[in-house]
Amino acid sequence: MQTFSELKKYLKQDATHLTKRKLAILGDSSTQFLSAALRATGIKDGFDLQIWESDFNQIQQQVFDANSELYNAQPDIIILFFSTHKLLLKYNKTNPNHQHEFAHKHLALIDDLIASIKQHSKATILYYNHPEINDSIFGNFANKTPNSFLFQIRKLNYELMELATTQANFFICDLATIQNTNGRINHFHPAVYINSDMVNHPDSAVSIAQQTLHIIGALNGRMKKCVILDLDNTMWGGIIGDDGMENIEIGHLGIGKAFSEFQEWIKKLKHRGIIVAVCSKNNEQIAKEPFEKHPDMVLRLEDIAVFVANWENKVDNIRHIQSILNIGFDSMVFLDDNAFERNMVRENIPGIAVPELPEDPAEYLEYLYQLNLFETNSISEEDGARTSLYQQEAKRVQLKQSFANEDDFLSSMEMKSEVAAFNKFNLPRVAQLIQRSNQFNLRTIRHTESELENMSNAASTFTYSFTLSDKFGQHGLIAAIILKQEQPDTLFIDTWLMSCRVLKRTMENFSLNTIAKDAISKGFHFLKGEYIPTAKNELVKNHFSNLGFQQMEEYWILDLKTFNPRKTFIQSNTI
Amino acid sequence: MERTQILEQITQLFKDTLDMDALTLHENSTAAEIEEWDSLSHIQLVVAIEKCFKIRFAAAEIQRWQNVGEMVNSIQQKLN
Repeated sequence: MQTFSELKKYLKQDATHLTKRKLAILGDSSTQFLSAALRATGIKDGFDLQIWESDFNQIQQQVFDANSELYNAQPDIIILFFSTHKLLLKYNKTNPNHQHEFAHKHLALIDDLIASIKQHSKATILYYNHPEINDSIFGNFANKTPNSFLFQIRKLNYELMELATTQANFFICDLATIQNTNGRINHFHPAVYINSDMVNHPDSAVSIAQQTLHIIGALNGRMKKCVILDLDNTMWGGIIGDDGMENIEIGHLGIGKAFSEFQEWIKKLKHRGIIVAVCSKNNEQIAKEPFEKHPDMVLRLEDIAVFVANWENKVDNIRHIQSILNIGFDSMVFLDDNAFERNMVRENIPGIAVPELPEDPAEYLEYLYQLNLFETNSISEEDGARTSLYQQEAKRVQLKQSFANEDDFLSSMEMKSEVAAFNKFNLPRVAQLIQRSNQFNLRTIRHTESELENMSNAASTFTYSFTLSDKFGQHGLIAAIILKQEQPDTLFIDTWLMSCRVLKRTMENFSLNTIAKDAISKGFHFLKGEYIPTAKNELVKNHFSNLGFQQMEEYWILDLKTFNPRKTFIQSNTI
Repeated sequence: MERTQILEQITQLFKDTLDMDALTLHENSTAAEIEEWDSLSHIQLVVAIEKCFKIRFAAAEIQRWQNVGEMVNSIQQKLN
């Protein structure tokens, strides 16, 4: 969580070009931190908030007087901040015989305040609801006791929601949820309160300001309309193209529960009117299979407005999705477990929200809950019907490839690969890759670990493992090649496979450059490749022709005498 | 922890909170000498120091401090 001191740095930025809104804050306690936090968060989120703060505890005086400074300030938004703490002090002074009507009385005051504001102003009212305080007079029995403070404060929060459903201009900012999320210890600082009368911990003012700005954003039309989802390890555990539909983690398999509940959340968003799109590096047919056939999938094809699964970069694909939906990039959210994809999209599509999903899928939902990405100011009935319209539109619009900066982006990634022959350290991972890789696998020969160990010691066999890292982190061992001497001048490519996570990063070129250089240094003249088609490896059908090999009957030959190294953005860390 | 070490650490917290890179802090520095050190930034400092040293000040302590040296006293007491 950002601290107040960090947030404060925004106050120095120039706000003149931002959207101006006038904000009035009426509080029953000191609101200086809140006011500064609101102004700073406004600048962060694109608003130049011009804030008028009432003197402390002047709420009624300002609202009921038609000529008050409040109305002279002509605010667009009025924040009403009655703190739970001050309500508790008021409750303490209430005759015990009247404590059971405490919430009721406060609501009557709110009604009067709303009526007066409506009469004198066009401002939208933003009411800060009440984080709970249990004064423990009745213990848990407070829940059975209408005149307990806990009973009254909960009743008040509930009745405020009822009130909000009937008042178009009355919105609630949910401080109760903020305290639930951050914990009371981070929401209220007793020593600070005693010394300054501030009822909020300075850092909690940051959370309150952020939630307030979400509402102000929504009131000004800044709302997310679409969520774009990756598939492998975002929507389910595992890699559909390699693991197969039976083995992806969803439902009861592995940590499938995390993904099932994530999908349920997406489904609720869809019902609320958020457009759901898919953007995945996959074969389209394979990627769609779980949506059609897997019994534990929550989302089905009819839930997905635009389904894009191919091997192109996600920047082009998201631009394609945008051209079908015809909505702004700033109304889109992109969820992907892969940091490389997230950064590529974030750096090349201004405005799109790209949350840093936690490493552990079990954490996805709690993280997304606290981001509050989908604030809204209204919900409409017809939203749900749009999905099928977009599905039709998707059939009409052709994919355009326009991402000009891909080379620049790749070169900025500072990619490095460590190349090593198979050894006792990397063998387990190589063996695992050989067992699991189905898509980027030229011959799909499943060597066992002991076979691989023998090969690594054989004089006529050359083995290569490749790792990849970039400035955002390690991808580990992601590719393996086995070359076998066939004739005195020819090496046969027995095995070439790679994890699909690192496609389109010039890793194929880097691998070829590496083995070609090594083959030349060992005095070979030709590399000979073979593609054996399977149900899952269509992806690499043109692998050898793409790399400049010539077809000779069912094999592919590369003449090393005329070989020029291919373009790559990966640096070698050969050991 | 030594007093000088504490002073060094809170100087950094003062710099960050008050946004004054050039600030030098002495044990006898007071709020009256530093314009940016007002009642609002004082609360930020309290919270920042508590977080940094993982301690909690009492309400009366916060009120009593006359200068930086007395803040250091409070911190040192809690750390030992």
